[in-house]
Amino acid sequence: MKDVTGIINSVESFGSVDGPGVRYMLFMQGCAMRCRYCHNPETWSMDGSKPLRMTPGEAFANAKRYRAYWRKGGGVTISGGEAMLQIDFVTEFFRLCKTEDINTALDTSGNPFTYDEPYFSKVRALCDVTDLFILDIKHIDDAKHTALTGHTNSNILEMARFLSDNGNHMWIRHVLVPGLTTDGDDLKRLGEFISTLRNVDRVEVLPYHSLGIAKWDKLGLEYTLRDTKGPSQEQLDTANRLLRTSEYNGYKKEYL
Amino acid sequence: MLDKPQWEGFNGRRWKMEIDVRDFVNKNYTPYDGDESFLEGPTEGTQTLWKRLQKLQKEERTRSGVLDMETEVVSGLTAYGPGYIDKTLKDLEKVVGLQTDMPLKRAFMPYGGIKMAEQACRQYGYTPSEKLHEIFTKYHKTHNDAVFDVYTPEMKLARHSHIITGLPDTYGRGRIVGDYRRVALYGIDHLIEIKELDRSKLGRSSMLERDIRLREEIAEQIKSLQEMKEMAKIYGFDISEPAKDAREAVQWLYFGYLAAIKTQNGAAMSVGRVSTFLDIYIERDLKSGAITESEAQELIDHFVMKCRMVKFARIPTYNSLFSGDPVWATLSLAGTTFDGRHMVTKNDFRFLHTLENMGPSPEPNLTVLYTSRLPENFKKYAAKISVTTSSIQYENDDVMKPVWGDDYSICCCVSATETGKQMQYFGARVNLAKCLLYAINGGWDIWFDEQVGPKFKRIEGDYLEYDEVIKRFDLMMDWLANLYVNTLNVIHYMHDKYYYEAAEMALIDTDVRRTFATGIAGFSHVIDSLSAIKYGKIRVIRNEKGFAVDYVNEGDDFPRYGNDDDRADDIGLWLLNTFVTKIKGRKTYRGSEPTMSILTITSNVVYGKYTNALPDGRQSGTPLAPGANPSYGAEKNGLLASLNSLAKIPYDWALDGISNTQTINPEALGHYDDERTENLVNVLDGYFDQGAHHLNVNVFGIEKLRDCQAHPDKPEYANFTIRVSGYAVKFISLTHEQQDDVIARTFHDRM
Repeated sequence: MKDVTGIINSVESFGSVDGPGVRYMLFMQGCAMRCRYCHNPETWSMDGSKPLRMTPGEAFANAKRYRAYWRKGGGVTISGGEAMLQIDFVTEFFRLCKTEDINTALDTSGNPFTYDEPYFSKVRALCDVTDLFILDIKHIDDAKHTALTGHTNSNILEMARFLSDNGNHMWIRHVLVPGLTTDGDDLKRLGEFISTLRNVDRVEVLPYHSLGIAKWDKLGLEYTLRDTKGPSQEQLDTANRLLRTSEYNGYKKEYL
Repeated sequence: MLDKPQWEGFNGRRWKMEIDVRDFVNKNYTPYDGDESFLEGPTEGTQTLWKRLQKLQKEERTRSGVLDMETEVVSGLTAYGPGYIDKTLKDLEKVVGLQTDMPLKRAFMPYGGIKMAEQACRQYGYTPSEKLHEIFTKYHKTHNDAVFDVYTPEMKLARHSHIITGLPDTYGRGRIVGDYRRVALYGIDHLIEIKELDRSKLGRSSMLERDIRLREEIAEQIKSLQEMKEMAKIYGFDISEPAKDAREAVQWLYFGYLAAIKTQNGAAMSVGRVSTFLDIYIERDLKSGAITESEAQELIDHFVMKCRMVKFARIPTYNSLFSGDPVWATLSLAGTTFDGRHMVTKNDFRFLHTLENMGPSPEPNLTVLYTSRLPENFKKYAAKISVTTSSIQYENDDVMKPVWGDDYSICCCVSATETGKQMQYFGARVNLAKCLLYAINGGWDIWFDEQVGPKFKRIEGDYLEYDEVIKRFDLMMDWLANLYVNTLNVIHYMHDKYYYEAAEMALIDTDVRRTFATGIAGFSHVIDSLSAIKYGKIRVIRNEKGFAVDYVNEGDDFPRYGNDDDRADDIGLWLLNTFVTKIKGRKTYRGSEPTMSILTITSNVVYGKYTNALPDGRQSGTPLAPGANPSYGAEKNGLLASLNSLAKIPYDWALDGISNTQTINPEALGHYDDERTENLVNVLDGYFDQGAHHLNVNVFGIEKLRDCQAHPDKPEYANFTIRVSGYAVKFISLTHEQQDDVIARTFHDRM
């Protein structure tokens, strides 16, 4: 096996929102997207300031120290940055986890997805060892998506369809940013898109928060949403209704 | 075999042949596996009384924390006529009895030390009685005077320099839990008979100091039991016979506890393991239709209301150690029996439910004796109450049961005691961080600029060498352990002599097991400092006299305790094992068994105040991390990594408790309430299954604390309760400095 050392921004022993139960989390370094509301811009660059380097075996040994907390549902989640930029590491780490029946979840934007080889084969291999994909769809409208993230959403939506066809379980997330992602028609379109997917166990609306600003300042980056507040309860309720989040309850029986 | 009409329907024989409440509970309780849906809200009576009490509590706050204080009457079991929350509402009170004649009025308790009792009065603007001053200076000696008669210059110096701090030489030692259930189960007359019998067996074959002292102590106990009857009579009850129903059982038991808090102002005055016991009476009455669930809840609500009213007159130095007016009315719930049954009853739900019926509260200090084998419904309910109130703590039944049996109580913040069979000599703690600095500076205390420890050779090099530091530290710990034990021996000899806990000891077996509780502070800082010396490159900065006053790490970053990194955590194990072994090698007073704790309450702030800069980078004068917690900012890998570091500490090496306080942002625990509850249960299961001892759980964000600090008058903050090391406090009752300390602690808030 070739060297698949992971470049990792940080380790969190207690993740509780990115996947079912209690999760051991690796935040991978590197992301191509430049989402305007990103709350960990320090993970953008491929090498970061002082990244951790771990082989899948080392990460696996480290993760297993927290097994006692995973009795009901828990496991490991890889997030980022964009973890699919280090797909070899992720796949190997998850493969090791599956040898001991540990639940695996991948939190991804789907941005690196492509049907081009050799990457596509790697995605297939990844799908075999991933119990749950947590797919963050930033915007359903391609032009607005590009304005928000600097990238098209076409391969992201393609990945969602692929996972659906491939039989992989998914949670779909959508960050609600007042003025940017709260448009009723867009939300309705997103809701319709999600309804065409199979195996969606959960749809979550995440309220935008500005806790990341300090990190942008520290990195000398210009934060363009400084005046944007978090969504109101009414906006959240509307988004939840339009995305029909309450209809996706697979996660409850599936994992708890 | 004794039989009483009040015992109708109860099973078992052994508890009728001897005093054995454990056997009674074991044979009669009804485990409950269901959920909380049976619970009832507060009755109108409860709401009226609680409203009245809250008004009094508010008044108390506006009068700088003390509503009223006694100056003329020495506290005692029969010192006062009856007292009620409100005389006009007294018929609403299902459980009666106050420490004095008025609610929240603090009694005058001079036996620990007349100086302190008077200082407490003056502190709050009261003038102490001249007559009592004369009596307790001229005609009667107090504990405090006696201790200082015997202290050596070295002991006084160690006390003054704060290397040994918080010693119970100016206040009652507390931590002795009478088995208050005995009053309800047996009635006072039978308890007197048994004590008489014990006394009659003493002094036949020999009449030496040991026998004479014990005979005297039993005489005091019997007097105390007789006075308990008198005290109950003042409220119109005859407690000479056993309680005949649930209401009497709660009342009788409370009278036992009331006797303790009328006579002792111990730092911790715990209630014990009463929940399962009382459930037996409630179940019997529910079955016969004598009471309804609502009435059962009302009894528990009113009992808890009384526990929320316990007050003592404290002095400023006490308050700076233990902030927020705590009394550690610790009340233990759940647990399991030797034969593997869980002990969760409906009553354990009822006690937790008081936090919903009457809102969050620091007292009683509700403690869940936890194991992952408790019923899921109960675990979830407790977790839910933790998430909404941050008012409960958890302790590992799996590690405590093998040591203390299946009928132990938590007797202070976190330490366990066999109920009715054991007493504890509470010994505060020594500052090991300071001891490390003494090792480096040859016993010189740079804070006070004087020689306190033995004048060993100080370390001369520019860089600290691990082996050399360890060698000197080991010698300095030897000195400290010896001095510490000797000091405690003095204190406890005198406390037994001048401030004997007759009321509590009357409800404990005559043939009592004694433990000798020592403790350490600065645990995390010593670990990180030694790790810094071992894995970094620590350069010493010296003052003009040549003493090390600061440290710079010129090497790599070093592993820190709290990250599940064995390199650092192993140093902690070495440290604890080394020091406890030294303590165990000393001779302790009255054949007591030495134990060790890693807990500091809020005294970590005071300890830090007198501790100079440390090699781990902690700055001079800043608070030490509380209890066994990792240092502030040291935890880089999240909550579970921190918990794993704590879970490595063998409970057997620190039988007096390993206190850990963690604060989790609700958003980091889950997006929804049911997820938060589930996740918290997962955390508790995983932590305790690994053998960890204790966990305080706070669920709130730092913003809430900041807002509360800025706007303490907002009504929602009146009862806002947080867990600090081993107890809970209302955040608004902490000093600004202590609030800052709490805010500086690690919040697990990754979202």
